[in-house]
Amino acid sequence: MSGKARRSALPGFGLTMGMTLFWLGLIVLVPLSALVVRAAGMGWEGFAAAGLSPRALAAYRLSFGAALAAAAVNAVFGLLIAWILVRYDFPGKKLIDAAVDLPFALPTAVAGIALVALYSDNGWVGSLLTPLGIKVAYTPLGVAIALIFIGLPFIVRSVQPVLADLGRDVEEAAATLGASRLQTFGRIILPAITPALLTGFALAFARGVGEYGSIIFIAGNKPFHSEIAPLLIITQLEQFDYDGATAIACVMLVLSFAMLLVVNLLQAWRAKRGTR
Amino acid sequence: MTAALMIGTIGLVGGLSGCSGGGNGKGSVELLNVSYDPTRELYKDVNAAFAKAYQAKTGKTVSFRMSHGGSGKQSRSVIDGLSADVVTLALAYDIDAIAERAKLLPANWQSRLPDNSSPYTSTIVFLVRKGNPKGIRDWADLVKPGVQVITPSPKTSGGARWNFLAAWAYGKKAGGSDAAAQKYVASLYAHVPVLDSGARGATTTFVERGLGDVLLAWENEALLSEKELGAGKFDIVVPSISILAEPPVAVVDANAKAHGTEQVATEYLKFLYTPEGQEIAARNFYRPRDQAVLAKYAATFPKVDMVTIKDFGGWGAAQKRFFADGGVFDAIYAGGTRR
Amino acid sequence: MSGSNPTTVESPWARRALIGVGFLFLALFLFLPLVMVFAGGLAKGWQVFVAALVDPDALAAIRLTLLVAAIAVPVNAVFGVAASWAIAKFDFRGKSLLISLIDLPFSVSPVVSGLIFVLLFGAQGWLGPWLTAHGVRIIFAVPGIVLATVFVTFPFVARELIPLMAEQGRDDEEAARSLGASGWQTFWHVTLPNIRWGLLYGVLLCNARAMGEFGAVSVVSGHIRGLTNTMPLHVEILYNEYDFVGAFAVASLLASLALVTLGVKTVLEWRFGIHRAGAAH
Repeated sequence: MSGKARRSALPGFGLTMGMTLFWLGLIVLVPLSALVVRAAGMGWEGFAAAGLSPRALAAYRLSFGAALAAAAVNAVFGLLIAWILVRYDFPGKKLIDAAVDLPFALPTAVAGIALVALYSDNGWVGSLLTPLGIKVAYTPLGVAIALIFIGLPFIVRSVQPVLADLGRDVEEAAATLGASRLQTFGRIILPAITPALLTGFALAFARGVGEYGSIIFIAGNKPFHSEIAPLLIITQLEQFDYDGATAIACVMLVLSFAMLLVVNLLQAWRAKRGTR
Repeated sequence: MTAALMIGTIGLVGGLSGCSGGGNGKGSVELLNVSYDPTRELYKDVNAAFAKAYQAKTGKTVSFRMSHGGSGKQSRSVIDGLSADVVTLALAYDIDAIAERAKLLPANWQSRLPDNSSPYTSTIVFLVRKGNPKGIRDWADLVKPGVQVITPSPKTSGGARWNFLAAWAYGKKAGGSDAAAQKYVASLYAHVPVLDSGARGATTTFVERGLGDVLLAWENEALLSEKELGAGKFDIVVPSISILAEPPVAVVDANAKAHGTEQVATEYLKFLYTPEGQEIAARNFYRPRDQAVLAKYAATFPKVDMVTIKDFGGWGAAQKRFFADGGVFDAIYAGGTRR
Repeated sequence: MSGSNPTTVESPWARRALIGVGFLFLALFLFLPLVMVFAGGLAKGWQVFVAALVDPDALAAIRLTLLVAAIAVPVNAVFGVAASWAIAKFDFRGKSLLISLIDLPFSVSPVVSGLIFVLLFGAQGWLGPWLTAHGVRIIFAVPGIVLATVFVTFPFVARELIPLMAEQGRDDEEAARSLGASGWQTFWHVTLPNIRWGLLYGVLLCNARAMGEFGAVSVVSGHIRGLTNTMPLHVEILYNEYDFVGAFAVASLLASLALVTLGVKTVLEWRFGIHRAGAAH
């Protein structure tokens, strides 16, 4: 990755790249390598026994499943919110626009206790849902709710700029050719914003998989049922099983990194396509 | 430039933390007591009383730093370098781990103080909602249809391990065999809707979130919840059989030596055994070892038929058999989902 | 400027329905939790609320949180600017990989972020014995909390600046260079003014996360009251002490910080007529 800088008359590549690599190495790569080296020292069988045990697999399923569901819900509603923020005028628009960033700024633990207070059987929302037979707190649904909260801004902030830049002329053309508004949306608008939507989706997903602070209060923590993978790491640690914790952490690390790589390649591809 | 910045940063931070260590300057000492969740109120009182007694005796002032959390987590922190002068945890296993893995205190630590190094005890009781609407009288009632039981996860909570073992003791007594005991405990956990990671979380779930019909709790936590969280909202039910929970205390020799606090730390723990220390424990709903004090608080602490950890072969054996990965607890949950 | 051409606009009815659904969703998932925090903090009136905040342990937690943010944010801001300069103004192979590595802390579970520092600096870790021998304490002390926070907030500024600088291209800087400006002059007088709003936004988000981080800090803190408890950890402690009002009071302070962050951002955007690249209007 230290390939030489081409087509640029600007100075400072060596300095800034050096700083970047040094700091990245020091803060991110060296500590993470501690994890990988430790996991490598376990041998494959030990690693698989801890990192791929049925209980760990169930926890990954919940973490990834809930993150996926939450990202999907957010993809729909995040797109809707981005749409009304870009296309419509209504009172309180500035406020809404600012509030979308709230989950970025609000500490996750605070979000967690607020959500469980809201959605438990005697909470403001939970007490309305319980008579309907819907249980949120301490179920996988609760995990998904927390992740919807955490992930919303990723989708909105990814889609919003692209939607704003989208020219109206194509839509007009489609309309003059007799397309209904829904057809225009499905055939013209959606394809144009899909890459941005996917990026936001993947970011929300990646963030959701590792989320701990907001979930720990609302998840039921039952093995095989409502236990998230990060909690399983904590559980292993508290049994003094560092190897087990490391193995699970490693599995999650690899998966997150793979996801990020896909996102960034997607973005690079999009940027290339955009400049053409 | 970044390097300079970083060295500066670490230097600055190092300096800041350096001045906050366990100082043992002229005439004043600071002790770090690393404890588990439900002892906050207890040690608040103990620390104040001991500081007063210590000053009267030696003229020196002693101050305290407290760290509370799940017992296992606290033990791990000490192993990883949290420089506790004393540890006061939920079960001997967690202090054994410190002795074994970090060698910060000798393996025979438990014989250094009277009563297995547990100056106070507790037991496991049921906290039910006012008027006991589900008619919970004993362990057998917990597995009736429609009853929800709140208990934390024995994987992460020391208190929950006592709960588990008490339930096992009942199952074994009622059914006469280990197989019957496992069957009972499995059906009990089928009635548990949420496994909080710590005892305090479980109490919050039961009391504040209104979830469940019965909370399996330390007796001291049950009494405290009754007092702190709404008198008249809960009743305590004492089961026919329970377990003698012995939360142990120990000086962490290596750390205390490094801080020069060995003597005061030892005195501190011995203070827990004095009549004054026992009174404070009893006032905070821990069963005192001192028979005279216990007699005085007999109304608070009813007589219960209790098994002890020795009946399970000690913590090492119990941990391995029931709570370690692949143990009985895991089997209960694994079986539950495969069916 | 919203399109007046009727063919590219939804019917007023559809419009209202969409706005209504958007509002409902936000109310349920964003505003209610926020209201809940303040309602919980004020459940027993102002006096209890204030008392929870001026408690010595709470003040110590606030001080520590501010200190940690004061170290972590500038460090990551400098890094973020350097990284985005290298990445956005130059072409090289492996760029996506490098960006992904920078992004990594952002998707690593906070618990793992704490764990890696325990594996490195813990008494049983790689450097533990050496650190113990030299009396240096990293984890369960302030340096560990700072390190975990720097790790967790690592990508925020860079992530905000890279797309912005890439979009601005390098024409301005190249023009300045051809007029004889030095590298530093170019950066100070051309690049920095161009990116200052993005930089500010990144710093604000970085700061918010630095003050609010829970999972990673929880693993390396040791929870010593008055010494290594940050505000989010103090919230958890109060919560575990059955002091729900106190917990929500400290949580409200954190939530207020979040609101101030968003407020500052919005006011700046409005006053200077700056918008995020291509944002609404």
